[in-house]
Amino acid sequence: MADLTTDFLGIKSPNPFWLASAPPTDKEYNVRRAFEAGWGGVVWKTLGAEGPPVVNVNGPRYGAIYGADRRLLGLNNIELITDRDLQTNLDEITRVKADYPDRAIIVSIMVPCEEDAWKAILPKVAATGADGIELNFGCPHGMAERGMGSAVGQVPEYIQMVTEWCKKYYDKPVIVKLTPNITDVRKPAQAAKNGGADAVSLINTINSITSVDLDAMAPQPTIDGKGTHGGYCGPAVKPIAMSMVSEIARDPGTHGLPISGIGGVTTWRDAAEFMALGCGNVQVCTAVMTYGFKIVEEMISGLSQWMDEKGYTSTADFVGMAVPNVTDWQYLNLNYVAKAKISQDDCIKCGRCYAACEDTSHQAIAMSEDRTFSVIDEECVACNLCVDVCPIENCITMEAITPGEIDPRTGKIVEKDYANWTTHPNNPSNFAAE
Amino acid sequence: MSSQMTPGIAAARLPSETVETHFADLHAPLAPHEASVAADRCYFCHDAPCMTACPTSIDIPLFIRQISTGTAEAAAKTIFDQNILGGMCARVCPTEELCEQACVREAAEGKPVEIGRLQRHATDKLMAKQSHPYDRAAATGKTVAVVGAGPAGLASAHRLAMLGHDVAMFDALPKSGGLNEYGIAAYKSTDDFAAREVDWLLGIGGITVENGKRLGADLSLDQLQADFDAVFLAVGLGGVNALHTPGEDKNGVEDAVDFIKALRQSSDLTKLPVGRDVVVIGGGMTAVDAAVQSKLLGAQNVTIAYRRGREGMSASSYEQDLAASKGVRLMFNVQPVALRGNGTVREVELEYTSDDGNGLKGTGEMIRLQADQVFKAIGQTLETDAGLELSGRKIAVTETGRTSVAGVWAGGDCASGGDDLTVTAVAEGRDAAMDIHATLMGSN
Repeated sequence: MADLTTDFLGIKSPNPFWLASAPPTDKEYNVRRAFEAGWGGVVWKTLGAEGPPVVNVNGPRYGAIYGADRRLLGLNNIELITDRDLQTNLDEITRVKADYPDRAIIVSIMVPCEEDAWKAILPKVAATGADGIELNFGCPHGMAERGMGSAVGQVPEYIQMVTEWCKKYYDKPVIVKLTPNITDVRKPAQAAKNGGADAVSLINTINSITSVDLDAMAPQPTIDGKGTHGGYCGPAVKPIAMSMVSEIARDPGTHGLPISGIGGVTTWRDAAEFMALGCGNVQVCTAVMTYGFKIVEEMISGLSQWMDEKGYTSTADFVGMAVPNVTDWQYLNLNYVAKAKISQDDCIKCGRCYAACEDTSHQAIAMSEDRTFSVIDEECVACNLCVDVCPIENCITMEAITPGEIDPRTGKIVEKDYANWTTHPNNPSNFAAE
Repeated sequence: MSSQMTPGIAAARLPSETVETHFADLHAPLAPHEASVAADRCYFCHDAPCMTACPTSIDIPLFIRQISTGTAEAAAKTIFDQNILGGMCARVCPTEELCEQACVREAAEGKPVEIGRLQRHATDKLMAKQSHPYDRAAATGKTVAVVGAGPAGLASAHRLAMLGHDVAMFDALPKSGGLNEYGIAAYKSTDDFAAREVDWLLGIGGITVENGKRLGADLSLDQLQADFDAVFLAVGLGGVNALHTPGEDKNGVEDAVDFIKALRQSSDLTKLPVGRDVVVIGGGMTAVDAAVQSKLLGAQNVTIAYRRGREGMSASSYEQDLAASKGVRLMFNVQPVALRGNGTVREVELEYTSDDGNGLKGTGEMIRLQADQVFKAIGQTLETDAGLELSGRKIAVTETGRTSVAGVWAGGDCASGGDDLTVTAVAEGRDAAMDIHATLMGSN
């Protein structure tokens, strides 16, 4: 079984699976149980400044989006940072870290955008023995209205400023947690780097309203007839998170900046995908809030099995391996030609590929009297929609046409040489550049 | 109180609580959670095979999607648009040979979407609201006689009334519903569902019902043709085939349909007598229904004796398995040669059969089964042809139910071309109604 020991910013943990700063990491009881279950580390739920803690709503905090069989695909929350006393949290962190020296404990912090506030809390956090801090610049609801959370994360100058304070008053690793509620994630990432951040973590939750109560005519979760936008997370946000991660990983200004990946990680495979895109580890929340701490066992066994199969001996072996293959659309090879192929042995004749292609795409699937579905190569542009809607995995595949053969759709020979849009005759700027 | 061991034919072989359990719903209704889990499994296939397999062409993917989005009432409308007896069909259809056999998840996983139970979920929900969901079109001034208030008759009457015609429905028996009321097994139509469904269906209005009117005795086709603009015959198969076996007249030898009819009309099943050793002759649904219900009433030994092999049985494999699971013994390749006993039947003598390709023949080898009650279930026949041309032993009809006489349509079990299924009868009644409508309105 592959060794999953991970070194992230010099912080060692027995595996790359950390729990994100969230309700599962709000107190000693949970964190001890998480460690017993096998989690490699936790980011302790965000601490606020000393004084009376924040108060949460006393009604529903979560809303959900479901797939078939009420499988939870997306979760939204309007919970704030920890609503427990600062000292209580600090005492608990100290005790847990002492008892679990091999596990990573990162403390998430969110205090007002004033140097004194950070200067005041950082020594207290340092005294717990925790391995590092994570700056919560992402929380999109509640705290943002008070000038914290995503209100900071949306202003690169603030990110840099606060990060600099933290590096000034704290000597262990500083991770900056980024909000996705911006247009270009590379800017806040660059600001974090400029401020001296050791790493960024992303994504925090996405502004969202998950549903509307059509009787009460109010967004859900509804508190006494009113609702507000909350933070969206869970499997549904994984594609958004991975895109943002990849942007930071491949941008020349931030390339090489360590990343802790967050956003819908539910299985070992999700984790491996984030790591392939450049994350040194991953943080998990919604999956444990859905299934409990036990899922880490599957994540550990799955990642180990896959690493063994691939011959990886350390998680560092594959971190970032997919980054060079993330590119801009304009560099995609336009001479690559594929066609959909339907395996008649696997086909259950549901016809969803036909409906999708016929109604909404290229009319490239034929249906016979006996419900045999076959691809019309003369029409197929290999868009992949049939693959995506087919209920049977691998029943429909995309097969590349060998260079030298004729593409029945265009009647042209498939070229073996790479050619992209930048040099394509239809590209106006191609000529403009001449 | 008697027991399963009590000799002869006796009532109350089992305690009333046991009988009650035995005759409860064969398939319990889906609870809301079960329904949403079941509905989630539907793939919403294109030109869905289940829909093609349904004799009434119910848009199954659509109604299941409507259930999954929380609008079971809309789902029920989708069902009733095609099949106004969708409630009963949800209970009695051999779905394992129709929609569910065609379900792509049967191909994928050997476990189809539970279409029948979902259909019941939707139809039950709408019917529980007690309002009839259809309005009648403006009156056409046309009148139609519908003879027979079984599935075909009810479906045609409803469709005709909906289209604005006035319908007079007649039935030979005291209650409407036909085989839904008198024929099918009790555990498929619990809580008086057949009668409730008829009441609900008649809620459309424009349909008068006269019971106790039998074609050939109380009604003549000539008179009906004179009195109405069109006639639809859906009289079913009132006669029963004879065994033509020595001893057929002995006490204890009965028609299975009479036993089932008595059972369905019984208000206290512990008062209904049944034999200790019951033998059912036949291989169709009626045979299975009689055998299973005998067993459920407390008969100690129940045997279905069928003259051909298992594959020849018209009862579905699901029904065969049901019978076996209830403890009914299925005997194949045996035919009765004599019913023995001194006035009252005591045993059935059967001869083994084989089919060498030139027809079924007795092998000469005999076997005797103890029997104090024998049910004959070897098919029903048309009671009166009313002077109409026949095809085989049924009234000859076209695809839309036209008989050899202009102005007279026929459908259901009495007409040619069907398969003796409730759902097929409904389709025939509905389609004949559409043809009658087109004819009466002069577009045909």
